[in-house]
Amino acid sequence: MVTHIDLKTVLRRTVCELFSNLVTRPTGAAVRGGIEQQLALVENPTLTVIDFSHVGLLDFSCADEIVAKLLLRHGAEADPGHEVYFLFRGISETHLDAIETVLARHRLALVTDDGSGCVRLVGDLDDRQRATWEAIFRLGCAVPDDIAGEAGIPAEDAGKVMEDLWRRRLVMRNAQGYVAVGATA
Amino acid sequence: MTTVVNVPKSLDDHRQVETLIEQVAGVPADAKLLVDARHTTFASPYGLTMLLTLAQTRLERPGFYPPLAEDTGSYWARSHFYKFAEELYDFHGRAHPSTRTGDSSVLLEVTPVGASEDVHAVVERIQEKSQQILTEELRLEPAATMRFTMALSEACQNIVEHAGRGGWVAVQRYRWQARLGGRKVVVMGVCDAGMGIRASLESSPARRITDSWDDRVALEEAVLNGISRHRDPGRGQGFRGIRSFLDKWDGKMGVRSGTARLISPMPEWNPLPDEPTLEEHLTPFPGTQLQIIIPERVA
Repeated sequence: MVTHIDLKTVLRRTVCELFSNLVTRPTGAAVRGGIEQQLALVENPTLTVIDFSHVGLLDFSCADEIVAKLLLRHGAEADPGHEVYFLFRGISETHLDAIETVLARHRLALVTDDGSGCVRLVGDLDDRQRATWEAIFRLGCAVPDDIAGEAGIPAEDAGKVMEDLWRRRLVMRNAQGYVAVGATA
Repeated sequence: MTTVVNVPKSLDDHRQVETLIEQVAGVPADAKLLVDARHTTFASPYGLTMLLTLAQTRLERPGFYPPLAEDTGSYWARSHFYKFAEELYDFHGRAHPSTRTGDSSVLLEVTPVGASEDVHAVVERIQEKSQQILTEELRLEPAATMRFTMALSEACQNIVEHAGRGGWVAVQRYRWQARLGGRKVVVMGVCDAGMGIRASLESSPARRITDSWDDRVALEEAVLNGISRHRDPGRGQGFRGIRSFLDKWDGKMGVRSGTARLISPMPEWNPLPDEPTLEEHLTPFPGTQLQIIIPERVA
């Protein structure tokens, strides 16, 4: 199931009808609260598209409250009973400044989609994790043996990396194998 | 007894602001002050917001002589300085009204900051003007506009999150006549008379106070190391973000809190050649005061 959340709509509903910028920590916390209210109503597992397309400015405090805290609270460690995956859409270069800063601070990563099919992995990942994710994305759906061939790493290592990517909610897991977030939305 | 505080002819950078602070050193907060700006002909956003902050520190409402020079007074009126000064000072003599409506050099009039909503208002307002000034007059890339606004937002949020009372922000563009070969600059002043960085960090239960703990160490911790009173590891990114923006666009930031002052980044173009990166044992003054300068880009 795919859920689409437009952040400007959430901002206007939860904070103020007049605002179009995501600034200040209280604003970020309120917007995250609005997103989590919607998440509470969706099925498990779910892929949620967080859409920044209509947001003007995103500052560091808001990026931390919205992006970092959503990822921290909905990873496998913090929320083992739910599979909530996020795809971040409509991220501008200036949004990315703030987002990359908070991802580095918390050692997090996420997937962005520019809305026209360009999908990127952003944040704190080593070369092997990044290569594995990209191989899964290229293949559409993959098991460790596929990745061993595609990314040139031993199948056992590929399995561990894929499991780690799944725990970080950067790939989804189904009966056939692993699917990269962003490959299907 | 009333203590007269003479505002320097030019209330521009921290040296002139220090002379203002030094004049009130040791004067009890409930003693009467008379702030005399009659001979002042120029004040930067830092100077204007400091004048308001100075009044905030007083228990007894101070008196105020506005500038005699009409163009100075008119500019202070357009900057909305009087609008807020009248709430804090007893005016002696007539403040010049604004002789023009609007002013393209004022990016953001003196604006109070005390709550999250104020930061939103500042950000919405500055975006209207900053694009044209930053790109056409300072020749920065268009992307700099958003990053400039982010820096402004973070600077204002420090007041909301840490000061414990409201402060002021103002932003102006002007041309330095005698400095930097007449280049244009954007100057931002963000001042409060709140608890200051040292007391803010001391309020953290995790803070260990060492023998060397003082305003200087607290300032370095907050500005250079991103330490915050909150345990949340996501906190403390504001100053880092501002410094990163200023590094990229060759800007300068001075932060004063308590008895210390730190400059970071310190650009090569700094017009004050002997200015130290770090000063301590200054005259104590409540709160935290920031001055940010972004120069016109040259090829």
